Amino acid sequence: MKQTDNLVDIKDLTFRRGSRTIYDGISLQVPKGKITAVMGPSGIGKTTLLKLIGGQLRPDSGDILFRGESIPAMRRSRLFKVRRQMSMLFQSGALFTDMTVYDNIAYPLREHTRLEEDIIRTVVLLKLQSVGLRGAAGLMPSELSGGMARRAALARAIALDPDLIMYDEPFAGQDPISMGVLVKLIKQLNDSLGVTSIVVTHDVKEVLSIADYVYILANQKIIGSGTPDEVREDSSELVQQFLQGSADGPVPFHYPADELAKSLMEVR
Amino acid sequence: MNSRKTELLVGAFVAMAIAAALMLAIHVANQGMESNGETYRLYAKFDNIGGLKERSAVKVGGVTIGRVDSIRLDPSDFTPVVEMTISKQYMEFPETSSVAVLTSGLLGEQYIGFTPGFSFDGIENLQDGDYIEDTKSALVLEDLIGQFLFGRDSE
Amino acid sequence: MDWLARLGASTLESLSALGRATQVLFGAVIAKPQPVKHFPLVVKQMYVVGVQSLLIIIVSGLFIGMVMALQGYTILVDYGAEGSLGPMVALSLLRELGPVVTALLFAGRAGSALTAEIGLMKATEQLSSLEMMAIDPLRRIIAPRLWAGIISMPMLALIFSAVGILGGHLVGVDWLGVDAGSYWSIMQATVEWNEDVLNGVIKSAVFALVVTWISVFKGYDAVPTSEGISKATTETVVYSSLAVLGLDFVLTALMFGIN
Repeated sequence: MKQTDNLVDIKDLTFRRGSRTIYDGISLQVPKGKITAVMGPSGIGKTTLLKLIGGQLRPDSGDILFRGESIPAMRRSRLFKVRRQMSMLFQSGALFTDMTVYDNIAYPLREHTRLEEDIIRTVVLLKLQSVGLRGAAGLMPSELSGGMARRAALARAIALDPDLIMYDEPFAGQDPISMGVLVKLIKQLNDSLGVTSIVVTHDVKEVLSIADYVYILANQKIIGSGTPDEVREDSSELVQQFLQGSADGPVPFHYPADELAKSLMEVR
Repeated sequence: MNSRKTELLVGAFVAMAIAAALMLAIHVANQGMESNGETYRLYAKFDNIGGLKERSAVKVGGVTIGRVDSIRLDPSDFTPVVEMTISKQYMEFPETSSVAVLTSGLLGEQYIGFTPGFSFDGIENLQDGDYIEDTKSALVLEDLIGQFLFGRDSE
Repeated sequence: MDWLARLGASTLESLSALGRATQVLFGAVIAKPQPVKHFPLVVKQMYVVGVQSLLIIIVSGLFIGMVMALQGYTILVDYGAEGSLGPMVALSLLRELGPVVTALLFAGRAGSALTAEIGLMKATEQLSSLEMMAIDPLRRIIAPRLWAGIISMPMLALIFSAVGILGGHLVGVDWLGVDAGSYWSIMQATVEWNEDVLNGVIKSAVFALVVTWISVFKGYDAVPTSEGISKATTETVVYSSLAVLGLDFVLTALMFGIN
């Protein structure tokens, strides 16, 4: 049964922002209980993909299925119900700056459940323990380092035990240690809670170490996909340039421009 | 946390606003609150109302008993008609009462001075909607000066 | 033809902004209010927009009342009418200066802060993050701020007027020697509760709605960059001030003009 194996199923998706095409007919599947990585160079709208899955944006054509149910076709109230089963870790962490770390993590619980305050306390402390920040419960978000803020946000993202966690650039701008911590956490959460994860990133090495399946996006299309090993062996020049990080290749070093000599000679 | 402090301060803020409203009600706009009681209407025709305006006071010996409600021109004889609302506390004015347009101080506001008349047998009290017959118009400074000058010439 | 196209484009843009602003207002205020759940949030925001604006309101009110008494006295005393100082100070404060100056100060003090706060929440993806938590930011973030503004500003305007009248007393009576009895009694004889005080409060409530609405919308609609937020903050103050002054004329004409 293919339908039940995939938590998220994107079919022939096209999305434009103004006159710019972001995606041109892409299809990808996110199998249940696995870590799926979506990679690609900066500025091609990887975050947009997550917002499309979350229903914050609507595709111009194509369909996005969550448990076989079309997200763009949902009414707002249904969408809000479905969103409780997913959560998203934003690049900036997006902790609420006007409350403590503890209240941040308790927030979705207080909004969506009718749990007693002492049960909430237990849940929050357990979630904080799992990201190693129980000691930081009383701090304000402004007192946290970037890596700690992201871990706290991760604790908030798993507060309601979602089925799907979407990570938006979890490794961007992290030092090697916190990067290692995050890699370990993502893997651990996936294994212990059985959640499905989508990791959007351009940090090749880290993500290949934990991903079960990889998609590489460029030029509005999927240019390569497969398990990490398959992707490493991919014959496409573009994929290899991206994985190895060479400066020039199919993705040119230069932004499209007139010839240098001509530009310099131009009379102003 | 400090949410208790926040609540206290907001409470103090609301209390301050209520205090301000009370102060405005009692010390600043006392009059308006009182005149919300029951009233009845009287009319008076004047030759000239001078600077009388709507909401000008109607006073008996300096005590405000009512206000001018509207001023219009009688279409049949082109004289101003003043409609006054008088508090029901002051019901028993005889028909012989008179009204005059007066000025408080030399340049102050104009108001209607109400002089209760004597009551004899057979003289009824003023009722809602009655006209007061005995009226004295406003003093217009130009007319006064004119009279004074012409009066001297004719001597 | 170019200018015509630009005129058309800017008209369309203004209309669509107005549409989005209306959507924000309806989404926040009219669609399913949850007064019990949101009451603590409103109280918290009243602290931010109300209590924290108190000092500037009181100080400004005091000084404006004092200046008006000083100016009014020098004019009125020439006609021997310094007894009318009370009603002059009270009426100008209650009808005009109280609501208008409060709204302008509010726009500068609280409105700009609201815009910046909401704009920053947008820039740091906090609004997006609420959406993804299946919590409507219009109701959770915008609505309490809107209500707090609408409730707080008329209260601030009342305090402003009251303090201004006391300031007028301070200068007129205590310093310049106008008779205290006539300051209060002539004021009482002239000022009417419904005509003057309530109309001022109504004016202030209208200003409150408009200023807070502009503030939260500008934040919500801001381009989520530092440049976009600073532009939105400036626009909040400019648009709010213009809207307040324009509306003040319309409301004054409706309330006091037609007699």
